[in-house]
Amino acid sequence: MIQKKVVAMLLAGGQGSRLGVLTSTTAKPAVPYGGKFRIIDFPLSNLINSDIDTVGVLTQYRPLELNRYIGNGAPWDLNRNEGGAFVLPPYSVGETGEWYRGTANAIYQNIGFIDQYNPQYVLVLSGDHIYKMDYAAMLKSHIQRSADATIAVLPIPMEEASRFGIMNTDADDRITEFEEKPKKPKSNKASMGIYMFTWPVLKRYLIADEKDEKSHNDFGKDIIPAMLSAGQKMYAHSFSGYWKDVGTILSLWESNMDLLEEPPAFDLFSSDGRIYSRTQCKPGHYIGEGASATRSVVSEGCQILGNVTHSVLFTGCTLEEGSVVVDSVIMPNATIGKNARVFKAIVGENVTVGENCSIGELEPKGKVQNDGITVIGENTVVPPSTHIQKGVMLDQNFDFNS
Amino acid sequence: MINNAFGLIYADDSNSHLKELTSERSVGAVPFGGRYRAIDFPLSNIVNTGITNVGVITQRNYNSLMDHVGGGAPWDLHRKRDGLYLLTPFFTRENTGSYLGNVDALRGSINYIEKVPYEYCIFTSARNLYNTSYEKAMEAHMSNGADITYLYNIEPVDRPQGAEALDEVRFILNEQGRIVDMEIDCLHPKSGNCSMDCMIIEKSLMLSLLDETAGRGCTDFLRDIVFKRLDTLKVYGFRYNDHVARLNSLSSYFRENMLLLKSDVRGDLFSANTSIYTKVKDEPPARYAGSAEVKNSMVADGCTIEGSVENCILFRGVRVGRGAKVRNCILMQGSEISECAELENVILDKSVLVRRDRRLLGTESFPVVIRKNAIV
Repeated sequence: MIQKKVVAMLLAGGQGSRLGVLTSTTAKPAVPYGGKFRIIDFPLSNLINSDIDTVGVLTQYRPLELNRYIGNGAPWDLNRNEGGAFVLPPYSVGETGEWYRGTANAIYQNIGFIDQYNPQYVLVLSGDHIYKMDYAAMLKSHIQRSADATIAVLPIPMEEASRFGIMNTDADDRITEFEEKPKKPKSNKASMGIYMFTWPVLKRYLIADEKDEKSHNDFGKDIIPAMLSAGQKMYAHSFSGYWKDVGTILSLWESNMDLLEEPPAFDLFSSDGRIYSRTQCKPGHYIGEGASATRSVVSEGCQILGNVTHSVLFTGCTLEEGSVVVDSVIMPNATIGKNARVFKAIVGENVTVGENCSIGELEPKGKVQNDGITVIGENTVVPPSTHIQKGVMLDQNFDFNS
Repeated sequence: MINNAFGLIYADDSNSHLKELTSERSVGAVPFGGRYRAIDFPLSNIVNTGITNVGVITQRNYNSLMDHVGGGAPWDLHRKRDGLYLLTPFFTRENTGSYLGNVDALRGSINYIEKVPYEYCIFTSARNLYNTSYEKAMEAHMSNGADITYLYNIEPVDRPQGAEALDEVRFILNEQGRIVDMEIDCLHPKSGNCSMDCMIIEKSLMLSLLDETAGRGCTDFLRDIVFKRLDTLKVYGFRYNDHVARLNSLSSYFRENMLLLKSDVRGDLFSANTSIYTKVKDEPPARYAGSAEVKNSMVADGCTIEGSVENCILFRGVRVGRGAKVRNCILMQGSEISECAELENVILDKSVLVRRDRRLLGTESFPVVIRKNAIV
């Protein structure tokens, strides 16, 4: 079989429990983002834009939607004769078989997959982040420094450093210490969860880690510290563009809002690599006579007969006459009924909001939950004239009569 | 029968009156409705019928058509068995490669037609756009015991006619739905049954008719071959009830695009059940700035709107700058309207740049057309 210089392994098995009802039936990487994308489109598009065409996508939690979405990888040009995109669920060997116990264990279980391509380097990515990045530049610096591992880092404001995994480096960017969420951070270089390894070295550590019964089999907790303490050559690769972990309701909402400023904090139109996705073939969106759209991103197949401001509308949404949508994310094929009002909300796929409803407008009696973002899970039908208070999260099993 | 049929699309048309729009592309490659090309409609209709073998006959300027349909993957026609066959003209001692009409085109494609392992053919032009599956028409063809079935729809008889009339065939049917006479290119037709230029025919009959008429100066299959055989062949009409967009003149092109702003026409052409497939460009969604004022318009992905837009069809990747005013326009892919420019009743072909403060005013019946890549 043809040799590949780099094989990418994309960790897409996370449940994303902090996204609540948005991930109750699907894995986090399949969560919609930015009007027509899903989170996983970003690492997959970055890969093909960086000329890396072989990727194993490690799935575990509710993989059906994700498997169907990735398919043969064609939307990202990842349907290659040699290589391409492969969905790698956990599998059994003989009479044993087990789930992926941790990020490192997931790669360990797929050593066979990687070895088929006999790569020199393995790039480990996660499916939780929104960013555009050229992994080829990272590979170049990895090779130039003859590194064993290169970790992408993002300079962040010092006061936020205690929320991240922080890399302390010397003057040559060589990593001297890794601290997970340090109370007193010594550096502001946050790990982006993007690791380039020299494959024979990583393989050795994965095998050793697997034998250690006390290990969590996790890159951040076990592999990276073990390599550091053994004195392997590990470097930080600085990244300066937009990067956002969309693991919480707040950060997912914020990251969507980042598309709307002028100029946008995250520019999907920028020339540094296009983001590909599996799309439904819908005609352009229609915006009606009495309708308006400002400071918004609107995808194909929408019908806008109401008014939308500072919001993201996904493919196939309908805003009926007199409806008002502000500061919100409306996911694919949702309908906002006549004269309904939606404020600072995430409305899931195929949700129907009835006429005259008000979402996220009224203050709750108690403490505001979810940072004040109202979330409605997929397929929910909100009966007409329902008032849903600010910060409420509900799904289709919610009893609106109570 | 569906399992035993193939599709054949004549993507060019020497009768076309689309002028500038077809000066550098075949009729099938004419952009329509914000993100589509004309050929997307017949291709999708055939595929949505369940047919997996489709020939596309091209003639002149088929570059953009080939670029668009490629290997057929967007229509699921990229297959090992069957799939999409691009039938480009080939030059031999006998065949100069130039087609006078669809009869010549069929004759030029005879190798494909003979080889294709299916008995029935759906033969259609690429300039009548509608959204259907041919299943019912094929059932009618069988139950009528027809030799040929032509699709038609009802068009008013008193529509203001111009160049469009030169290109219309109307059917006169008896009570059983059999076509007994035709009105060809009539300025004042009596029949409302307008041909959709799409027929169902048995392959063997098609081949024998082509052979019989060889060297007799026949150019159009319907006008020159079928018309003269209405007594001997059982030719039936099949009525289609939804909207048909006919792209047979510049003014009809303009009108049919604008009709997409009506929800019933949109519903007919882009029904939720049967998709019209097209080549995907992966543009990000359209972005509206704070200064955008958009009314009654259709907007494709990749657009950036900062100015005012009313009654327009915006194709992918169009930019409308701050203070610009665009009314009743069709702006094709990648056109850019700079700040404070003003456009009314204009068709911009692909990638036109309109500079600051420019004004372009056409009329509804005579829209201004600006050719591809022009700078105004």
